[in-house]
Amino acid sequence: MTAADERVQDYPFNRPEGLDLAPAYGAARTGPGMIRVQLPFGEPAWLATRYEDARFVLGDRRFSRALAAERDEPRVQFHRGSGGILAMDPPDHTRLRVLVASAFTVRRVERLRPRVREIADGLVADMYASGSPADLVEAFALPLPVQVICELLGVPAADRHLFREWSDGLLSTAALTAEEFTRNDQELSAYMAGLVAQRREAPADDLMSALIAARADDVERLTEQELVELCVGVLVAGHETTATQIPNFVHVLLTRPDRLAELQADPDLIPAAVEELMRFVPLGATSAFARYATEDVQVGSVLVRAGEPVLAAIGSANHDETRFPDAEEVRFDRETTAHLGFGHGAHHCLGAALARVELQEAIRALLTLSNLAEAGDPVWKTQMLVRGPRTLPIAWEA
Amino acid sequence: MTWSISVDTTTCLGSGICAGSRPDIFQFHGSYAEPITDHLEPDEDVLDLADTCPAAAILIRDESGAELAPRP
Ligand code: HEM
Ligand code: HEM
Ligand code: SF4
Repeated sequence: MTAADERVQDYPFNRPEGLDLAPAYGAARTGPGMIRVQLPFGEPAWLATRYEDARFVLGDRRFSRALAAERDEPRVQFHRGSGGILAMDPPDHTRLRVLVASAFTVRRVERLRPRVREIADGLVADMYASGSPADLVEAFALPLPVQVICELLGVPAADRHLFREWSDGLLSTAALTAEEFTRNDQELSAYMAGLVAQRREAPADDLMSALIAARADDVERLTEQELVELCVGVLVAGHETTATQIPNFVHVLLTRPDRLAELQADPDLIPAAVEELMRFVPLGATSAFARYATEDVQVGSVLVRAGEPVLAAIGSANHDETRFPDAEEVRFDRETTAHLGFGHGAHHCLGAALARVELQEAIRALLTLSNLAEAGDPVWKTQMLVRGPRTLPIAWEA
Repeated sequence: MTWSISVDTTTCLGSGICAGSRPDIFQFHGSYAEPITDHLEPDEDVLDLADTCPAAAILIRDESGAELAPRP
């Protein structure tokens, strides 16, 4: 099969409201696996819908992210990101990645757990004090990751509201014009550059200082611009994703009382539950960050030609029955993990360990509220990026 | 002088970071990675990868058997 004789389908398939996977994915998985899609902007692409194929494309070095910069990359919005770590290939990528990853190792992140727990417990206590019901998003899910990331980066408490505006601006396709988007991006970068300069003068015990110090003994230090881009990247990539998965996970649990009861009875299951929910919830409304083939590569039944882009459909791959039997069921006792919720390969989520700690501590803190339930229907976000509730009313017994 | 390298396949999370970055050293097998050979020439980048493996599953030793990575 070649690109020429395949029907091109309009993409994204998923409705922004709710967390269901569009039926078109299932049809593609049991059908050809690899299909042709057209996003609102950019050139047509292959979409890898099966687990095997999606993981292969994310993990194989013959597929390049860097080439996307030279091409009309498939995307859901007109403007394009400026690049950064997710737009690089090894070995450049490896160099930058190992520098930053030293600040995000499992060991380092575990040292943050007590502080994350304190923040989560504090937010639950505030919510409890204001009384039931509350909007989980506003009262808990948004402030938790912002506070964690601001503390990591050393952003003073007084500036946090600015942070939230900027990062909302970067991720909202709806509200901003191209000029506003650029201005927003520039303001955030300028703010970050200021923080970097301060930390160079007076290092503190935070991630930014660790980044600045990374390989201080070496010539290969991060450039000023790389540092700023990275800090912006950490904010954009780590804030909205985590803030959205918290209410998504809570929604899935509150609509499955058996699972909720299981967790309440045995909180040691929380880490397994977080893995299963990472697999189960298709966070992205679309697939993004196309990989370009640098030579002809066979993917499943298709020979992808050199220069063609391929998108990995992570949500679809995570619901592939051949990999995850009873994929539509939420189960905390699965043997097969290795879901693609944090991606796979060289670009596997840098913040995965941190996200896991945040998600685990969030669930743990919320389970301390007795008789937790939804107090109304969630109102869903409507932009085409990440899916999740804009508001999720919850109630509990005092 | 050569180093020895191993991956603890029971702790490996299957992130694929190692094989995605250095396919000349690591191979990915479905849900875990393994080194292609037991020994390698000294290579700083591989130490870095071992440090940043999210499962701390990559172990590198020098000829005397001393642990080089992961570093704390
Ligand atoms: C789970 C999904 C996502 C992850 C993990 C993620 C990750 C990242 C990362 C790592 C960066 C910073 C590095 C860079 O500048 O390239 C970034 C920036 C950005 N992302 Fe995402 N992203 C996700 C979803 C999306 C989606 C779906 C869109 C829109 C189509 C999007 C739009 C942007 C924009 C506009 C920036 C700012 C780029 C810039 O100005 O430098 N993100 N994202
Ligand atoms: C539940 C929350 C999160 C989810 C679902 C998520 C998901 C992902 C995914 C799927 C990718 C791979 C994108 C691709 O290869 O196309 C990725 C990459 C990335 N994520 Fe996350 N992420 C989360 C939280 C975080 C956090 C908390 C941080 C930072 C502290 C972070 C930073 C990054 C960065 C920097 C990359 C790019 C890595 C690279 O290019 O080497 N993410 N994430
Ligand atoms: S980087 Fe570590 S966890 Fe990831 S595949 Fe390699 S050995 Fe396994």
